[in-house]
Amino acid sequence: MKKQGKILIVDDEPNILLSLDFLMRRAGHSVFIARNGTEALELLSKHLPDLVLLDIMMPDVDGYQICTHIKQSAEHATCKVVFLSAKGKESEIKYGLDLGADAYMTKPFSTRNLMQKVDELLH
Amino acid sequence: MSPWIVVISAFAYLAILFWIAFRAQKNTEQAKSNTKAWIYSLSLGVYCTAWTYYGSVGKASRDGIDFLAVYIGPTLLAPLWWVVLRKIIRISTVQRITTLADFISSRYGKNISLGSIVTVVCFVGIIPYIALQLKAISESFEIITQGQLTNSSSNNILKDTSIYVVASMALFTLLFSARKIQTTERNEGIMAAIAFESIVKLVAFLIIGVFLTYGIFHGFGDIFSQAMQNDTTKKLLTMPNSTGYREWFWITLLSAMAFMLLPRQFHVSVVENTNENHIRKAMWVFPSYLFLINLFVIPVAIGGLILFQGSGVNADYYLLNIPLHFDNHLLALIIFIGGISAATSMIIVETMALSTMFANNLLIPLIVGSEKLKATFSKNLSGISLWSRRLSIILILLLAYFYYHQLNQYYSLVSIGLISFVSVAQFAPAMLGGIFWKKGTKAGAITAILIGFAIWTYTLVIPSLIGNSAAGQSFLENGPFGISLLKPSALFGLEGFSPISHAMFWSMFFNIVCYITVSLNTAQSVLEKNQSEIFVDIFKYSAIYESTVALKGKASLPDLEAMLAQFFGTERTKQVIRLFAKKYEIDISDPSHPADYRIIAYAERLLSGIIGSASARIMVSSILDEEEIKIDEVVNILKESQQILSSNRELTRKSAELSNALNELAEANNKLKENDQLKDDFLSTVTHELRTPITSIRAFSEILYDNQDLEEVDRQHYLGIVIKETERLSRLISQVLDLERYESGRQKLTLVKVACSELIHDSLEAMDQLIKEKNIAVELELENPNQILICDRDKLMQVFLNLLSNALKFIEDNTGRIIIRSKVVEEIIYFEVEDNGKGIPAEYQQIIFEKFFQAKNQLMRKPKGSGLGLAICSKILDLHKGRISVSSEENSGAKFSFSLPAKLDQELKEENTGI
Repeated sequence: MKKQGKILIVDDEPNILLSLDFLMRRAGHSVFIARNGTEALELLSKHLPDLVLLDIMMPDVDGYQICTHIKQSAEHATCKVVFLSAKGKESEIKYGLDLGADAYMTKPFSTRNLMQKVDELLH
Repeated sequence: MSPWIVVISAFAYLAILFWIAFRAQKNTEQAKSNTKAWIYSLSLGVYCTAWTYYGSVGKASRDGIDFLAVYIGPTLLAPLWWVVLRKIIRISTVQRITTLADFISSRYGKNISLGSIVTVVCFVGIIPYIALQLKAISESFEIITQGQLTNSSSNNILKDTSIYVVASMALFTLLFSARKIQTTERNEGIMAAIAFESIVKLVAFLIIGVFLTYGIFHGFGDIFSQAMQNDTTKKLLTMPNSTGYREWFWITLLSAMAFMLLPRQFHVSVVENTNENHIRKAMWVFPSYLFLINLFVIPVAIGGLILFQGSGVNADYYLLNIPLHFDNHLLALIIFIGGISAATSMIIVETMALSTMFANNLLIPLIVGSEKLKATFSKNLSGISLWSRRLSIILILLLAYFYYHQLNQYYSLVSIGLISFVSVAQFAPAMLGGIFWKKGTKAGAITAILIGFAIWTYTLVIPSLIGNSAAGQSFLENGPFGISLLKPSALFGLEGFSPISHAMFWSMFFNIVCYITVSLNTAQSVLEKNQSEIFVDIFKYSAIYESTVALKGKASLPDLEAMLAQFFGTERTKQVIRLFAKKYEIDISDPSHPADYRIIAYAERLLSGIIGSASARIMVSSILDEEEIKIDEVVNILKESQQILSSNRELTRKSAELSNALNELAEANNKLKENDQLKDDFLSTVTHELRTPITSIRAFSEILYDNQDLEEVDRQHYLGIVIKETERLSRLISQVLDLERYESGRQKLTLVKVACSELIHDSLEAMDQLIKEKNIAVELELENPNQILICDRDKLMQVFLNLLSNALKFIEDNTGRIIIRSKVVEEIIYFEVEDNGKGIPAEYQQIIFEKFFQAKNQLMRKPKGSGLGLAICSKILDLHKGRISVSSEENSGAKFSFSLPAKLDQELKEENTGI
């Protein structure tokens, strides 16, 4: 049985949020949506999700900062971070993973791969 | 008139002169430059001697205005003084040249023989000229005391007035010029006296002129009309005929040369010059002086002819006879004194100059140049220099005296003068060639001068000497041994010239030809080369001359000082050397250390001022251990230092250019790096932008594919998104490509006519849905809705759409307001799109029109279009020759303004299509 968890989706692009939301719900997870970094931080502390799908380029607080925040706080010790970003250069991927992210997927992503990865990480 | 009155007046006048000279000598330090300039300019008046004073009238009475030729020469030359005279002065100052002979000798390698030749030529040529001054004084004395000239030559020497004149002249000159050794030959005292004499003779002449013209006659008009009535006088006023013009030419040329080359002229214009700028004053003062002193010559000549025609009065002395005729003894005395002025100034200066030449360029070089004589006399050189000068003054005057007594009465004052002129004219080629032509050699100069002198003697002197004997007569008529081509008066068959112009022609011809050909075929000694370099390029070198190496070889400073002390005395020598060393920071503390070469050069120059440059050179080199060997090293050094100076300037200029170029390179590099950076940013921004819609397209496509059992509503929704995102993507791509087209200049406008209001309404219609959705109020304030605009309609629509959609992005739903305005001012249409939204922070306001900008601060909804929109608007406006800008404050909305010309610009029409 696939584990179901609490997923936080963070992206400033509405359509992407919609697609991710659909996919996560379809997979049976409970989904929280943040349209920018500030909202993300609120929802983080409120719901303590198990996994965060994290866009990087966001107007106010960017994904890097949020990742760092998650990885440095005790309360989110078990929270997994998946970067979802159009920034696809090797150096950028390395940077993201060095920050402690558990996975880095480049946009446009394959929905199947994404679902697989989320599944992996929740176990 | 009583002789005693005349004698006493004459001596009184001389005493005054003496006093003036004395006072001037004392006060020379305090004298202002302007005073000195006047003294300098007036002292040039020594050119006008008794010849001018008495002789001109005589010549005028015979030959009309021909007498003027002698003054035209120097006048015409005056403009050139600033170039030629200044050069000569500079050379003379730098090389401490004190006489004409020294100048010429120095130029051709400090050559002793040349100096001696010049001295001898001057003696032979000038002594008659001095004699004629004596003649003038004696004769004028006779006339004023006895009313007429007597032809009795008294054998009683004590009754001979001229001997007293000679004696007093000798005394005066001795008292002032040969008193002591000086470092320069300058004599400010005497120059002041000479300037005074110039004024006296001018004033005297003017007085008699006015007396005659306005006192006896009734003005110039009267004189001339009376002249026309008399045949003799009539011809005075006629212009010369063609042979006359030729005469004029030669005499003018001759006098121009004489003005520079007469020893007395060289002395007053070159040696006595203290400040080159005084030349400027002289350039106008002297010609004016010449004009004034000649003003009344013709009237006096006419007056004299009219008054004394047929009475046997010597025309040369009309000036004196006129007042005597009217029993005006005071005036006659004044005239007499004027004549004394004219004569004595010439005698004094010419004698001074000749005696200095004799001592420095003839006697001392002879002593110093011969080993035997040098051994005997070198200890006493200073004494010899002084005494030789004194003795030569007496000698010259005595020679003049004797010559005067041999003078054939036939010769008028004028012709003697001209003969002297021709003698010194022989120096002209060597002199002028010397200062302008580096190739002139000593051999050339010597040959030229000797040949010229020989021809002068043959054509001018010999005829007068032998004319009395029968053999002599036949010689003159038929030439030597009957060879008529060698007739002294018509050499090589040149007939029809006056003796003077004939002599001038041939002497100058051979002189110049020899100078050039011999110079071109002889080599220069190294010293000659050095000197020619310095002379011709004096203005280049005079600055660095002080510090060049002149001699190679070591001398001890004590030896040098001992040599100088002979002439200056020990105290003064020490003083002078110490001053020099201080000025150039030379260490003279160690006497065993060889003397610095600059001191040696300086010592030589000091000596040149006293014993002439040739002798000085010999003296100094004799106390050096080594003779100068490679003087062309000096030339090379001089040339090198010139080259180094100009290379330095080149270098400085080039390195300035280089650092400029480096700066530019660095800037360009920075710009390139910036551009690179910008390109990177742009690319990453664009790729990011592109990837965003693609992500949605892919995600939803996969969702639709994997989830066949989707609700129809959802299915529609998701498909709609795919479609919209596709559109968004392609729009983005279009914008990027568009922008590229704008940037490369390939974008052209399609011009049409459209009304403002139409444009605005169409744009609003396109945005209508969104406006309604967000419930935004739109206001229009169009001042000139019907204004026709010539533009690319689609593109301007694009601008409006972009601005409107931006506005819609930034304003709140329901409360948002947009105002669109338009107006026309001075043929420019202004549009505004204002909103009351978030506004744009100041730091972004400039950049938003750049393409590489992606505002970080966007709202929740990702705006339709991208950061490129405003950049494209900016390009569109550029193409329309318009402008776009924004004014905004955070939280109080933004107002975008753009404008473009209402009229069709010709350029616009040509660059685009449509209208």
